[in-house]
Amino acid sequence: MTIRVLVAKVGLDGHDRGIKVVARLLRDAGMEVVYTGLFQTPETVANAAIQEDVDVVGLSMLSGAHLTLAPLVVEALRAQGSDIPVIVGGIVPNNDLDDLKAAGVAAVFGPGASALEMVASINEVVSQTRA
Amino acid sequence: MTPSAYDQWLALYEASAKRDATFTTMSGIPLKPVYGPSDAEFPGLFPYTRGVHASMYRSRLWTMRMFAGFGTAIDTNKRFKEIIAAGGQGLSTAFDMPTLLGLDSDDPMALGEVGRCGVAIDSLRDMRDLFKDIDLAAITTSMTINSPAAVMLALFVAQAEERGVARSQLGGTLQNDILKEYQAQKEFVFPPRQSMRLVRDTIAFTAAEMPKWNSISVSGYHIREAGSTAVEELAFTLANGFAYVELARQAGLGVDDVAPRLSFFFNAHIDFFEEIAKYRAARRLWATWMKDHYKAANELSWKLRFHTQTAGVSLTAQQPEVNIARTAIEALAGVLGGTQSLHTNSMDEALALPSEKAARIALRTQQVIAHETNVIDVADPLGGSWFVEELTDEMAREAEEIFAEIELMGEGSMLDGCIKGIEENWFQGRIAESAYQLERAFNRGERIVVGVNDFTEGNDDADLEILRITNEDERKQIGRLNEVRRDRDEDKVLLALEELTKDAMDPEVNLMPALINAARADVTVGEMMGAMEKVFGRYIEIPTL
Repeated sequence: MTIRVLVAKVGLDGHDRGIKVVARLLRDAGMEVVYTGLFQTPETVANAAIQEDVDVVGLSMLSGAHLTLAPLVVEALRAQGSDIPVIVGGIVPNNDLDDLKAAGVAAVFGPGASALEMVASINEVVSQTRA
Repeated sequence: MTPSAYDQWLALYEASAKRDATFTTMSGIPLKPVYGPSDAEFPGLFPYTRGVHASMYRSRLWTMRMFAGFGTAIDTNKRFKEIIAAGGQGLSTAFDMPTLLGLDSDDPMALGEVGRCGVAIDSLRDMRDLFKDIDLAAITTSMTINSPAAVMLALFVAQAEERGVARSQLGGTLQNDILKEYQAQKEFVFPPRQSMRLVRDTIAFTAAEMPKWNSISVSGYHIREAGSTAVEELAFTLANGFAYVELARQAGLGVDDVAPRLSFFFNAHIDFFEEIAKYRAARRLWATWMKDHYKAANELSWKLRFHTQTAGVSLTAQQPEVNIARTAIEALAGVLGGTQSLHTNSMDEALALPSEKAARIALRTQQVIAHETNVIDVADPLGGSWFVEELTDEMAREAEEIFAEIELMGEGSMLDGCIKGIEENWFQGRIAESAYQLERAFNRGERIVVGVNDFTEGNDDADLEILRITNEDERKQIGRLNEVRRDRDEDKVLLALEELTKDAMDPEVNLMPALINAARADVTVGEMMGAMEKVFGRYIEIPTL
């Protein structure tokens, strides 16, 4: 079954180079990709994810607000009874990995992650949720 | 008989003040200020391919302008004073994301972002604290702000006037380059045409009242960071510059009223010779277009002056110390390309905002280039290289092709072409496509990034000490904002907002007086932007993948 991914920008961070490139690389890998556009809130992302019936939500965060905003996206999804996994990519220092995992983020990609790594990780995250 | 290019250059060179130094190699071989046959292009002479000054760095080094801003205005004021005490000649203000988007710190969308990537400015009180005890008539101030640029200028003017510093004494630069926000950086608020009205108002206001102020820093940096090629950076940036000249003409200003107050801001990426050729081509193209196309008569209108920043996107999180080498090579390209000022990135910026130590090493990198390498004695040292000259010509030729496309979109107008290209996602699509192609080349291993897709031994070394920012500043700043709201005269606030709304509805009116009036009444940035948004509307980008 084709994996459906929602890629999203939450908050005020306008850096959209990475998210657009990743969206195309995931499409090249055979996934269906929906992009929210800029300046979303945790609620609009959760709603879009549920409405689009995606298998995974990918957040792109480069402004340093990931510890505040990524957990809110997970909460917004869970509050609506959804178990869609959330992954994060962007400027995330190693020190923050444990906090993000504890907040329910399923995987994190730092700068320099390759397309192959991302595709493999999404496959794994999705198969765990589907199982 | 007209004097030869060499003789014209020599007259200019001899008339310029020089640094007190001996200009020789380490072995004692005397160095000429510039090399080339007498009929070559020379620095300080049209079309300025080889530099805007005849004596280049023999007169004055580039300005080592380091960008700073974090937390509250009080925190950043302290950092500014340290920079001045350490010999910094100019301040460069980084604003936080809510300020960049014209939101108050207590806006729900500002959550997690207050004071994080820069300083939070909500009202006149913050602007007052930001520049407290700094001599505004002596220090130039650059403000990296775009959508709310007119609002920040109003706050800046209002706080200076409170202290008795006249508008005419204020020297500095507003980035105020809204076109590249839609094309690349994406910190936009109003739709493009309404935003351009605000740019027009700041150009007209500063032309009339602030003779020492640069109204726009036309920025290719962000276009490149968003993924464009070097040629696209060159062409899109200059096209945006042409658009601002046309905008000023529409407002009744002459090209020579506005062009000398435009400065430029380019990236220094890792492809060494292509970057140098880019700066040379940029100067030649701008001079030619200003003189021939826009009929500028003032030499200052022809001279493209620029700031350079090394490429943030070239930095790696893996083996971050290697970034010092990348930044040094990029900075050297900026210097060999004749930059007027330079910011060098810190090695840890693929991970976080720079630590003090990393920022110091970045500044030291510029000082090594300036004081140890001897590259500053000879202007345009690569001029005449068959390779660099041909690359310069080729980049200029390809940029001209892009200018023609943009002009065609605008049916003869660069201004309309730039706006239409934004509305139709033409710029955004080209930039995204170039970014994608480059990423594919990395993924296929066709391009190597040391530490990322090759030479990875050492990637597991201990992490660098990086700067941690807590949410404490957010609470502090919201407290400050609440005090302003509590202490101000609400009647004055309402009156000022009414006047602003009324003026916004008439596109012929300049909004600066109403904004300065609102600033004085302690109207917040979010309130001013909100009032204008009710009239102008909000821009929502329909993204294409």
